[in-house]
Amino acid sequence: MFETLILMLDATMRVSTPLIFAALAGLFSERAGIVDIGLEGKILGSAFAAAAAASVFGSAWIGLCFGIVASICLAMIHGFACITHRGDHIVSGVAINTIVAGLTVTLSMYWFGMGGQTPALVGDARFLDITFPFADAIASVPVIGPIYSNLLSGHNILVYLAFAMVPVTYWVIYKTRFGLRLRAVGENPHAVDTAGISVAFIRYRALIICGILCGLAGAYLSTAHNAGFLKDMSAGKGYMALAALIFGKWRPVPVLLACLLFGFLDAVAVRMQGVEIPGIGQVPVQAIEVLPYVLTVLLLAGFIGKAIGPKAIGRPYVKERA
Amino acid sequence: MSQAKVPAWVNVALIPLLNILLAFLVSGLVILAIGENPIEAAGYLIYGAFGYDEGIGYTLYYATNLIFTGLAVSVAFKGGLFNIGGEGQAYIGGLGVGLICLSLDHTMPLYVIAPLAVIGAAVFGAAWGYIPAYLQARRGSHIVITTIMFNFIASSLMVYLIVNWLKEDGRMAPNSRTFEENAWLPYLHELFSPLGINIGDSPLNLSFIWALLCCVFVWGLVWHTRWGYQLRTLGTNPTAARYAGIDTAKVTIWAMLISGGLAGFVGLNEIMGVNHNLLLNFTAGYGFAGIAVALMGRNNPIGIILAAILFGALYQGGAELAFELPTITPEIVVVIQGLVILFSGALEHMFKDRIEGFFIRRAVA
Repeated sequence: MFETLILMLDATMRVSTPLIFAALAGLFSERAGIVDIGLEGKILGSAFAAAAAASVFGSAWIGLCFGIVASICLAMIHGFACITHRGDHIVSGVAINTIVAGLTVTLSMYWFGMGGQTPALVGDARFLDITFPFADAIASVPVIGPIYSNLLSGHNILVYLAFAMVPVTYWVIYKTRFGLRLRAVGENPHAVDTAGISVAFIRYRALIICGILCGLAGAYLSTAHNAGFLKDMSAGKGYMALAALIFGKWRPVPVLLACLLFGFLDAVAVRMQGVEIPGIGQVPVQAIEVLPYVLTVLLLAGFIGKAIGPKAIGRPYVKERA
Repeated sequence: MSQAKVPAWVNVALIPLLNILLAFLVSGLVILAIGENPIEAAGYLIYGAFGYDEGIGYTLYYATNLIFTGLAVSVAFKGGLFNIGGEGQAYIGGLGVGLICLSLDHTMPLYVIAPLAVIGAAVFGAAWGYIPAYLQARRGSHIVITTIMFNFIASSLMVYLIVNWLKEDGRMAPNSRTFEENAWLPYLHELFSPLGINIGDSPLNLSFIWALLCCVFVWGLVWHTRWGYQLRTLGTNPTAARYAGIDTAKVTIWAMLISGGLAGFVGLNEIMGVNHNLLLNFTAGYGFAGIAVALMGRNNPIGIILAAILFGALYQGGAELAFELPTITPEIVVVIQGLVILFSGALEHMFKDRIEGFFIRRAVA
């Protein structure tokens, strides 16, 4: 039983990692007042760029850089449409998701000709698992052993980075001047403008951070979690991150917990396949798979708590002129 | 006020055309970047879509789905609602069609099944639009997020239903049994051949005519009824709508019911018209493509028909293109679709202000 739990929590950490990156990315963007439906597209774009660059240069780190750059470019298109040209945030996000879904397959066919995949990544082209010191020595100690050597040790660097990003995000959002201005821009851009601070510049910077974090999520998918890019490999993770962001009410720590919950549900769904529960019978996998979305809808509907987003979210800011 | 001085054709034709040309220009650059000649590619595309009878049939078959989803998105748009859940509503609408066909095809003739299937598609699609609409209107949750969530819920629900309940016994393939032939919507080439008109075999079926009727229906409803006026008022200025005594919650819910019902008709074309069984993922992104169609068609039924035919031509011509030029995949069409959404949707103000400014200055001078 304990063994099973450790295994499931281990899987939870792996599945949650891209969600955490992407949800924090959404947090920066949405706290600054920019709705980001385009998380999905940025993850997919970065996953492709990272896998393509990693397979050409044979280095996961170079892949990661390309992934981040690709994701930032997409975030800047979003910014150009939403901030500079006052376009609809949702339409722009849908546009980015659609373009990326088509472009990644088109380009990978052109470059690699493998039916929309990139070549399988081996060796240094992937982020490999890190084993903590003494992990093998402690493994046989009861309770602490499995927790240390199976659950905490043995993940790749991006997993640890994702968890580390949560306190960093907390610090940036709540403890720095930039974070204060970013939140202000999302709540009341007029006040920020009156104080002589550029609303557009802050929003662009929030989107750059959003791009970097989505880039990490995408690179994790294609160069750490899997060994290469597959068509549509983001498979709705961006939308699920959006759900986690709302479920965590746009705050870093609750968002982390929401991501872990959704990741855990995913691990449960895999585990429950074909398992009979006494008294209930077989629980269909799909019933567990939809729980993140159902829970988010229930939360939005105000049945479990209340989700209130940043006030100025989704509205373009037009500077008043005399 | 300044709007009055800008000639109508600028807003109706010039700016949309400019945005679309820009989208095609960038698409051409993408094709150039993967080492093909965009002019040559366009040639194959146009020939594939319009060059021969079957090609035209396929183009109009794809356009049928896009008219339904385009209308769905635009009815919601008119009320200021962004229905991003056309995909899920179409999926569930298809379930309605499938259930009617599966339960009646042994006993009833087509003229009984077809109207019931139309009702089934509308009711099931509308039901899937109702919940997000209710939550938006009465409980203040954001419709964009809930409709996205409902797309995923629909997808899981359909997998569960088909795999566990509707799958044919003893088969591995996740789809229902094939309907009896009296539950198949007739193909247009079959309908026309007794009249001596030969239009080539294609999946184009009776639901195309239904799609055109839906355009007339939406045109009448939105522009020529009291409810349509309320809908447009809500979309233009919700505060004014409330002050005018319009029950905005009710209009919101009805707008989404109609929108969901229209999206559900995709099931009519796909399930009853072409596949003749209930299967997974038959919606294939038409729900999202409907956003591009609605944006390009300026939320106007005529515009939507034109935009749907254009996108249908891209789907059909894209398949032909991928066949002729092996380095190009059919996904290039998805890129073009995305660029159209970007330029005529998200970046619609990019030229608008400058061009309008130019005409205002000219009118003043």
